[in-house]
Amino acid sequence: MPEANTRTIGDVASLVRAKNAGPFWLTLEVFFPDSASYRAVQESGVITGTSVAELYNTPEAGVQIFNLDALHVIKISFPRPTTQGAFADRDMHSGQQSTPLAQLPLPR
Amino acid sequence: MNQTGTAKVLVPTGMLGAGFDPSTVDRGIALGADVIAVDGGSTDSGPHYLGQAVAKTAAAAVARDLDVLVRAAKRAGIPLIVGSCGTSGTDTGVDWIAEMVRSISNDIDETVTVARIYSEQDTEAVAQYVRSGRVHPLPPAGELDEATARRCSHIVGLMGHEPIADAVLRGADVVLAGRATDTAVLSAVPLLRGCPPGPVWHSSKIAECGGLCTTTPLRGGVLVSIDPDGFTIEPLDPDIACTPQSVAAHMLYENVDPFRMREPAGTVDARGATYVALDERRVRVEGSQFIPADVHTVKLEGSGVTGYETLSLVGIRDPEILDAIEIWSKTFDTRLAARVSALLNLDPSQYDLVTRYYGWNAVLGSLDPDTTTPPREVGVVLRVRAHDQATATAIAKIANPMMLHLPLPGMSHLPSYAFLTSPAELERGPVYEFLLQHAVDVEDPTELFRTEIEVINHA
Repeated sequence: MPEANTRTIGDVASLVRAKNAGPFWLTLEVFFPDSASYRAVQESGVITGTSVAELYNTPEAGVQIFNLDALHVIKISFPRPTTQGAFADRDMHSGQQSTPLAQLPLPR
Repeated sequence: MNQTGTAKVLVPTGMLGAGFDPSTVDRGIALGADVIAVDGGSTDSGPHYLGQAVAKTAAAAVARDLDVLVRAAKRAGIPLIVGSCGTSGTDTGVDWIAEMVRSISNDIDETVTVARIYSEQDTEAVAQYVRSGRVHPLPPAGELDEATARRCSHIVGLMGHEPIADAVLRGADVVLAGRATDTAVLSAVPLLRGCPPGPVWHSSKIAECGGLCTTTPLRGGVLVSIDPDGFTIEPLDPDIACTPQSVAAHMLYENVDPFRMREPAGTVDARGATYVALDERRVRVEGSQFIPADVHTVKLEGSGVTGYETLSLVGIRDPEILDAIEIWSKTFDTRLAARVSALLNLDPSQYDLVTRYYGWNAVLGSLDPDTTTPPREVGVVLRVRAHDQATATAIAKIANPMMLHLPLPGMSHLPSYAFLTSPAELERGPVYEFLLQHAVDVEDPTELFRTEIEVINHA
């Protein structure tokens, strides 16, 4: 758990969401309310291929990160940990997989 | 079809059966719609629907939406196109919707020409495509082997716009497509009318989920107006809005890459697209590109049985157990494996078993950032999968006394937990898995699809 006085990505974003991108991929989107918060998180360097790989226990080589400047959105895609609906799958639509990213602490 | 280079596509909802206000369809017709196009399926609810060839949507809900749309299209004299019929686009899904259309045309006493386009693929034929080197993996899959193709209960190919456009040219009032790309369903008529492919495919991606690209997603669909320079999109409900933000954001939705998307005939590229508000509720988009592919490809979806599953659900509220839930779960796993081995002579490689503790890491597992908050109540879901139903249920029955009474080590009494049902074991039948993430090269974009035209005559 982040310490109580530590700000997280979820605290500064207007929305963090997760969803399947087909049965074999997971995609996450962080929507920021304005350019300042978007730039601040980008420049903080907390969202990288390495940090996402660690957060989601997925190979870094599969992580794709897209910066959508006009929309103030950071989008992250990587292969699903299991194929959708396979026996070990925990989240059919991947809809609850946003929480680890949302609770990622920002540097003070 | 007039090659005007312009077309208006009415998308009433993102999913046939989701429901919409009929007045929104009337409004789209009044605005000059040239076609009604609606998606009837998705892989989004998992492998069961393709594996079993059954629909996710309720028949009554689908029939209600179809009734409104068939009547509206006939009145306006424009085609109605339904894609991915019956959720997964299997042949039975197409036939399911076709039967509804027959009943509706009977009710309205109209002659309706219906095209059924079947997209199901014979598993042996797919195995032959593998052998001849025509099948390629899509990331993150590896090469397909023939045995995996043969393991599929059903395989569908995702058609592009070509078979749909052909059916419209052959005079179909209603086109019922098997599995199709969401965008092909919307793109067929604009392409027939000579609209530029960049704006056609880009607008189809934006509009395929109906109102999801508006600021009020549950208030009906959208109208897309395409012309030689781009497209304009607006909600069908006059009281809600599309904004440049809501429209551009929809390119993110359920896509790996927010700028580029592969279709059977090529790739949509929206990197150069601009989104401008025309007024408070309409958005203008220009600069979209479509890059034709060297080789036409058809993506395959396949789902096959991986075993038979039995579930059992019990609730735990006792704080003493919950304080030691990790110890309890380990004790449970160890004892269950030992009992199954002793009583059924099965070792763990002969069945699959997972125990999910809802309220304690069931959803995120080891990824959960919160490792300290104690659970207040936990729902234990036992999932057992075996080669046959009887074995899966036998294992769940062996687990049953433990799910009812398992104490913590050292406890002097037998606690009892809260089962949800009697019997506790819920037999799920065959369970499926998506087995294909592959595409097949084709010379003719229509070669994997079969079209039947039927005139339902009430004249």
